Amino acid sequence: MSHSFTLDGRELPFVPGQTIMAAAQAAGVYIPHLCHNPDYAPHGSCRVCLVGVGRRQVSACTTPVTEGMEVDNNSEAVQDNRRAVLQMLFAEGNHICPVCERSGNCQLQAVAYYTGMLAPHYPPFFPRRPVDASHPDFIIDFGRCILCELCVRASRDHDGKRVFAISGRGLASHLVIDSESGLLGDSCFAVTDRAAHVCPTGAILPKHKGFERPIGERLYDREPISTVGDLRAHEDEVD
Amino acid sequence: MGGPSVPEIQGFVTESLGRRGRAPEHLLQHLIGVQHRFGWVPPAAVESLAAQLDVTRTQVRAAIAFYAFLHDRPRGDFDILFSDNITDRMLGNQRLLALLAEQLGMGPDETRADGRVTLGLTSCTGMCDQGPALLINGRAVTALTPQRVDRIADLVGQGVALDHWPGEYFRVEDNLRRRGLLLSNPVTDGAGLRKLVDLGVEPALADLDRSGLRGRGGAGFTTALKWKFCREAPEGDRYVVCNADEGEPGTFKDRVLLTSYADLVLEGMTICAAVVGARRGFIYLRGEYAYLLPHLESVLARRRAEGLLGESILGKAGFDFEVAVHLGAGAYICGEETALIESLEGRRGVTRKRAPYPVIAGYKDRPTVVNNVETFLAAARIVQWGGYWFRGEGTDQSAGSKILSVSGDCARPGIYEYPFGTPVHRVLTDCGAERTQALQISGASGTTLTPADFDRIIAFEDLSTAGSFMIFDQSRDMFDMVQNFAAFFAHESCGFCTPCRVGGSLLHNLVEKVAAGQASEHDLGELRQIGAVMRRATYCGLGSSAPNHILNTLDKFPDIYRRRLRSAEYTPSFDLDGALAQARAIAGRDDARAHIPDTPPQPPEAAV
Amino acid sequence: MPEKVRVATASLCGCFGCHMSLLDIDERILQLVELVSFDRTPLTDIKTIGECDLGLIEGGVANAENVEVLREFRHHCKLLVAVGACAVNGGVPTMRNQFSLKACLDESYVSGVGIHNPGIPKDPEIPLLLNRVHPIHEVVKVDYFIPGCPPSADTLWTFLTELLAGQPIAFPYTQIHYD
Repeated sequence: MSHSFTLDGRELPFVPGQTIMAAAQAAGVYIPHLCHNPDYAPHGSCRVCLVGVGRRQVSACTTPVTEGMEVDNNSEAVQDNRRAVLQMLFAEGNHICPVCERSGNCQLQAVAYYTGMLAPHYPPFFPRRPVDASHPDFIIDFGRCILCELCVRASRDHDGKRVFAISGRGLASHLVIDSESGLLGDSCFAVTDRAAHVCPTGAILPKHKGFERPIGERLYDREPISTVGDLRAHEDEVD
Repeated sequence: MGGPSVPEIQGFVTESLGRRGRAPEHLLQHLIGVQHRFGWVPPAAVESLAAQLDVTRTQVRAAIAFYAFLHDRPRGDFDILFSDNITDRMLGNQRLLALLAEQLGMGPDETRADGRVTLGLTSCTGMCDQGPALLINGRAVTALTPQRVDRIADLVGQGVALDHWPGEYFRVEDNLRRRGLLLSNPVTDGAGLRKLVDLGVEPALADLDRSGLRGRGGAGFTTALKWKFCREAPEGDRYVVCNADEGEPGTFKDRVLLTSYADLVLEGMTICAAVVGARRGFIYLRGEYAYLLPHLESVLARRRAEGLLGESILGKAGFDFEVAVHLGAGAYICGEETALIESLEGRRGVTRKRAPYPVIAGYKDRPTVVNNVETFLAAARIVQWGGYWFRGEGTDQSAGSKILSVSGDCARPGIYEYPFGTPVHRVLTDCGAERTQALQISGASGTTLTPADFDRIIAFEDLSTAGSFMIFDQSRDMFDMVQNFAAFFAHESCGFCTPCRVGGSLLHNLVEKVAAGQASEHDLGELRQIGAVMRRATYCGLGSSAPNHILNTLDKFPDIYRRRLRSAEYTPSFDLDGALAQARAIAGRDDARAHIPDTPPQPPEAAV
Repeated sequence: MPEKVRVATASLCGCFGCHMSLLDIDERILQLVELVSFDRTPLTDIKTIGECDLGLIEGGVANAENVEVLREFRHHCKLLVAVGACAVNGGVPTMRNQFSLKACLDESYVSGVGIHNPGIPKDPEIPLLLNRVHPIHEVVKVDYFIPGCPPSADTLWTFLTELLAGQPIAFPYTQIHYD
């Protein structure tokens, strides 16, 4: 027996147990997201993938589809919420796109473009977070970290290393590295780790290459993320 | 400086590992022990624990940074934290803190240079009916007065060990003011448990079902159903957890229940264990109530000796149940059941994805019943006296009674038990509240009521509450409450999801802007907008209820905001002239152009 | 013929790149001047601002003079627009927010490489720096935001033509970028 639900009025099939995100992706429908990556267990922390179900908003990446569910992925209310959450992320960190090598290939930026965000709106916090350039192959700019925990999950669940963790709480939450000095260079992090390639922003960046493809000609400069998808599908171009 | 030596630290850790266990989930308990012993968690302890518990040092450091009572830097020999709930503020805690700081010759939020003493603030310590209160090296001191503060300054100055301080400083009163269905009789001789053993589990579950008991932590899930789900879960280990992380500001009933009704609470847990088939249980006790630990351990030991706990309970072969007390370490979020379970497993108390619910995948991903202290107490009596006995009180949808924690402006703060369906005004009359302006029900995350609401009833179908009743008379400025709660939620956000982590701090900053008389009408709109996003978008209930106090008071007490506004239009988000202070100091300038005038140039109409 | 829309522009803590981008509309500027007349702007060299319909602000707020100019614009312009990354979120100059003002000034005037006659200038003619660099909406109300470093000429053209035509402003995908 086939199962179906509706998304923005369109009837879509689903497999029992599938999340709204997975069912939408299988049907080729884009739901904006940041902390979600199908290679890892759903997380639900960024709150960008909120969709309307009944009178509530739920995260599409963690909510299973049910028969006949009506999902709103596009109303003004849903988009306003997403934009507000993105604006909070931009205000929280130091996202100075013009000086970031990931600009144009950045999912945070691309999702913000998709929602039509013109400005971060809220007063920026300007946190002081020093860059860690101790590793021979990678730098970490903590100011660009959005706490999606993809590197945490990839290192733990794929690489079997547990190089990263989140420490602190509230606005003081921050990414930390497992070495006695706390520096990436003293950890067992390696260029071959999956954790080196899952960051949706410019927080974890390879060294030794810069601006090979000019700003303006990059992945999300050309087409929206709703069309070309996540960085995951474009690693050759981006790394 | 003669800090502890590395071998001394390693020795303590080794001893702790032997006593508390060597599994990763014991991490938090070891850290609490280390903190208590050394006044901080030294790096040697971090390395030693990481090496021996199969956790990363990052996980150890992350836990230290998460829990407010753990520190990666030395605290003073006397670590003094003033409880800073709004009820403590109403009783003058800030004046007393300033007084103590002055007498000790230090600031109100620092460690004195000689390392003798640290002063600071902490979230509500659950002594609202006998505040102002403080914690000193984790022990509660209540009923502070200027005289008591004077004496404390002397004792600290002389370096007198806490064991030699006057005992009355540490006395915590029950203040039981009204006993109803559950509180009228603290005595238990294990009758409920005996009945269960004699008649079997099915009749007990049927009574629980009949009683209509719903969880007392606030959410109100049907208890019989929760236990049934756990009972019906696939074979294997399961757990019973008593949520005694009573962190909601203004709530202190669980403290009293664990003090004077601990046997009944444990009986409820043991009955639950029999019903669901659990062999292990935990009491997750908030760090602020650590002083109850010896008492609880002695009750557990006595019950073991009486055959009410341990192996073959009441002689029934195979009925084995053991309870351990796990301490929290200062994190409000751990009152949320999935965060509590994370904490039980030794990690930062970050909420988990639901579903699966803990009753399917809880502690160690096994079926786990998490219930409030009061729920277990009620369950014990229900099994003993029957479902109809309980059902006989209350309303259709809210059976039985509710135990309230009453504090703030009233003659008789303390614990009150009422049948569900009791109107608010009845409680206010009984506790001697006069000229009441507002009532904050269900804690900082709850609802702000005005006299127009006082005919409403306490019940899941009307005013659902975990039991906190904070009363504000007409002399109070309700904005003080808002300021207190906004700081509380910014401090207590676990940081996992964006809208709570960032939104909570944005709200806090805006409330401080209003307090400083620098806000505009625009900022009030921002408070509403951010509050609305948080209500809709956060991951858990902490975040979605965090803006309640602001949204409630914007509607019900608009004047407390309006009269503080600087402008109807728009004002800067920071102090412009203040932002030149560093440059002025560096350049040694103080001329007119080294300042930014407070008022911008007049608009054109006004200039004409 | 309706009266022309009066426009003023300023560059605060910016690099004039956004003004350059405006000039990049090339020959379309002839169409523009049919519709607008310029008040205070670096393009006309008019130094004081009169009553305007539209104010375009490039750059963030980094010193006392920036605050003064920005407030003047707000009070004289019916609509105020943040143009470019620095006005919108502080932009590249906010990189100095990672350091104390003292550290920045020491690096520039005292201890940096190749400094002769070290010393932090104290002349009262020089506007004092704020502790941190801020986007302009932290100081005054802003009616529109146009991101980009700089926004492209086409982005600015879309904005101006649609605004002047009284339409809601809808940028095509490729015209919204933050870099």
